[in-house]
Amino acid sequence: MADTPYQVTGRQVRTEEPPSVSRVLGDGLKRSIAHVQDYSLLCLESVTNILTGPRYLQDLLAQMDAIGVGSLSIVLLAGFFIGAVMVMHTGSQFSRFGQTALTGDIVAVALVRELGPTISGLLVAGRCASGIASELGSMLVTEQVDAMRAMGTDPSRKLVTPRVVATLLMLPLLTAMADFIGLVGGSVVSVFTLRLDAYQFWSRAIAALDFADIMQGMSKAVFFGFILSTVGCYQGLNVRGGTQGVGRATTQAVVVSSVLILASDVFLTRLALYLSGKFF
Amino acid sequence: MNLSGAVEPAISLEDVHIGFEEGDVLRGVSFEVYPRETLILLGETGTGKTLTLKMAAGLLKPAAGRVRVLGEPISEMPEKEILDVRRKIGFVFQEGALFDSMTVAENVAYRLQEDHLPDEVIEPRVREALRFVELEDAIDRLPSELSGGMRRRVSIARALIDRPPIVLYDSPTAGLDPVTSQTIITLILSLRDLYGVTSLLATHRLQDGFALANFRFNPEVGRVVPLAANPGEERSENGGGTRFLVYREGKVYFEGDQHQILKSGDPYLNRFLI
Ligand SMILES: Nc1ncnc2c1ncn2[C@@H]1O[C@H](COP(=O)(O)OP(=O)(O)OP(=O)(O)O)[C@@H](O)[C@H]1O
Ligand SMILES: [Mg+2]
Repeated sequence: MADTPYQVTGRQVRTEEPPSVSRVLGDGLKRSIAHVQDYSLLCLESVTNILTGPRYLQDLLAQMDAIGVGSLSIVLLAGFFIGAVMVMHTGSQFSRFGQTALTGDIVAVALVRELGPTISGLLVAGRCASGIASELGSMLVTEQVDAMRAMGTDPSRKLVTPRVVATLLMLPLLTAMADFIGLVGGSVVSVFTLRLDAYQFWSRAIAALDFADIMQGMSKAVFFGFILSTVGCYQGLNVRGGTQGVGRATTQAVVVSSVLILASDVFLTRLALYLSGKFF
Repeated sequence: MNLSGAVEPAISLEDVHIGFEEGDVLRGVSFEVYPRETLILLGETGTGKTLTLKMAAGLLKPAAGRVRVLGEPISEMPEKEILDVRRKIGFVFQEGALFDSMTVAENVAYRLQEDHLPDEVIEPRVREALRFVELEDAIDRLPSELSGGMRRRVSIARALIDRPPIVLYDSPTAGLDPVTSQTIITLILSLRDLYGVTSLLATHRLQDGFALANFRFNPEVGRVVPLAANPGEERSENGGGTRFLVYREGKVYFEGDQHQILKSGDPYLNRFLI
């Protein structure tokens, strides 16, 4: 059963006695463990599929277009506004000490290390994890996934891997763009409200960043991309109960991937701080 | 052929059980389909016909029992190995299950595209398959723009494109008007008699089965002609004959040919005669 996570499990025995508290809890626990197990398996397969053929390059390109190019505008818009708002907040604090020149430093570090990847991750989760879950979910309930399997195609290769790999590749790029546009937004606001020189803002911002910051931001983006795409695929391929189930899976995909992104961010930041103290 | 000289079945189910939380659906079903034979699987709605076909294609695993297809123990193989066996099986889904974001041509070409055949090879074969189901005009349409009967025919074209030796038809005439049903049965007939495919056909209309048992496609005349009235002659025509299997409450209730069904006078079997 383990190698076919998307199929209906036939169960032969029927239990008739009334449910007891321990049974209900036990069943719940068993179900959660099964979920975690199936999800881990899907994650593992999505990566190991790359090593052996057949690979679906055409689907990968289509997904890169849908996920990367498709999300560009919202990520850029959000990046611009976040950068602008950051400058307003930090600028107003720094001006109390007459240190508005430091704004560039703080905004650059916060954007590159934290806000760029997190905001992009959350936005792409809202846009693509839901899209993936509803697309795969609809395919599942209309038996298109079964039809694929019936024709000898492995859905994890044809459907999951291209989406996961495309997100892994595109989210760091989107994050880099969001970082840059965020700094543009920041510099615009600092010129107009803080009366800072744009050159000064940019040179301080660039000087404040070092390799470790960029590494931290990019590795977070890769990680978040993996989370949101695998959660989207998992929710989509485990839909129960028709159209309503597809709706539920879509919502669930966004909620679960957003929470996982924010929670893993804490650990990733801690790890990054530890590593940067050691190596960089 | 095995050692004893007997023909090995193309599909065999041995004491298969399957069920869900609500209860068992199949409780010990065994049957065989021999090469080039047509087996008509009859049963009321919810008796497990679709489940049987899905198990025969390895899409579902039985809770107990064994399913063998072309000698492979498909119910015990991991999914990755079943994928290769499935390339020898065509599956016509009850609802068609066409890829709704692809055109009719892309749907039909899917299996060939999977094999990375060049476009010059795929294109004529897709046209040929669509001509066979008389849908050449719909080649660039999307499934959502087709009628139910057209979708069913595209689904048949998609299943036969690779000339699989076995085709599983899940209620191919369900929900269609009598004329369209007849067209589809004619298609199945000619597919069987032109390419000698082994067919397992689930239906709740006995007349579909009778049509398959009493007619054959004559390639010389290019149309469907009645079989000789002499019952012994049927088998020699295409190697296999047509047999009937009736499910009732999770078991095989009846197994035999059309004469046995007609002679039985069984009230349950008569219900399918309407
Ligand atoms: N995924 C599932 N979960 C729970 N029960 C199921 C599932 N799939 C099928 N069943 C049950 O199994 C039984 C047999 O279903 P199946 O689809 O094989 O019927 P069928 O003989 O094909 O009927 P029909 O002629 O209406 O197509 C039904 O009672 C159905 O409720
Ligand atoms: Mg059915």
